[in-house]
Amino acid sequence: MAIDWAHFTPLPSLAGGLLIGLAAAILVLFNGKIAGVSGILGGLLTKQQTAWRWLFILGLVISPFIYGLAHALPDTENSTSLPVLLIAGVLVGIGTTASSGCTSGHGVCGLSRGSLRSLVATLSFMFAGFVAVFVVRHLIG
Amino acid sequence: MQLIFAGLSGIIFGLGLILSGMTNPTKVKGFLDITGLWDPSLAFVMGGAILVGVFAFALAKKRGQTILGESISLPNDKQIDRKLVIGALTFGVGWGLSGYCPGPAIASLFSAGLQPLIFTVGMVAGIGLYKAFKSN
Repeated sequence: MAIDWAHFTPLPSLAGGLLIGLAAAILVLFNGKIAGVSGILGGLLTKQQTAWRWLFILGLVISPFIYGLAHALPDTENSTSLPVLLIAGVLVGIGTTASSGCTSGHGVCGLSRGSLRSLVATLSFMFAGFVAVFVVRHLIG
Repeated sequence: MQLIFAGLSGIIFGLGLILSGMTNPTKVKGFLDITGLWDPSLAFVMGGAILVGVFAFALAKKRGQTILGESISLPNDKQIDRKLVIGALTFGVGWGLSGYCPGPAIASLFSAGLQPLIFTVGMVAGIGLYKAFKSN
């Protein structure tokens, strides 16, 4: 392992993390809900209390346009092909629904609540992510 | 009133994702590339979010209700089973392949071309497939 110092951005990443924490704080303290994006999406599909879910999703969708008013948007280039993106999307959809959470629901909210279940989920998806990137970049690539 | 806070939370969440680098799939893959050239930045995202989250959830638990006086629904599922682990592993594979997890994909939906749209179509189909499979 070598550290990629050229792309290392501890301060913006920490600041962004604090904002994500603030967003989760607002949602739990004002709405009594967990800021888990896969769960919020899933509830839209089964039509459970859809109004707040749509507004949260709308906020997410318009956030880059608000960010863009003050600052140029960061790079979003992705080397993954469209068919692989589609398959990856299906895996993410199935996996987060089966395990009831994603990076936000388990990784941020669950760990903040001290949930052992979320810790197991977070370690599991991080491990699988490490393996997937290792296979794509170093075995196949 | 609640709806305004839900929208505000979504906006702040999205701004945090963008500022932190989470909406850049190449950066996410760089974080997951621990055997290659590793970019540890995204550990700071989770650290920062949890730093605030710990206080927020402790306060929520202590209050027992929201600031607007409504009930708080926190998950009470404590079961650690195969479904949890296999589901999270499946999610992780998709995350590593694409560099997208659900939040950043939605925050990029109409601002980063076709890629997040295609990913999101697959993701919504995956959620629907699992739910349909479970209810049968």
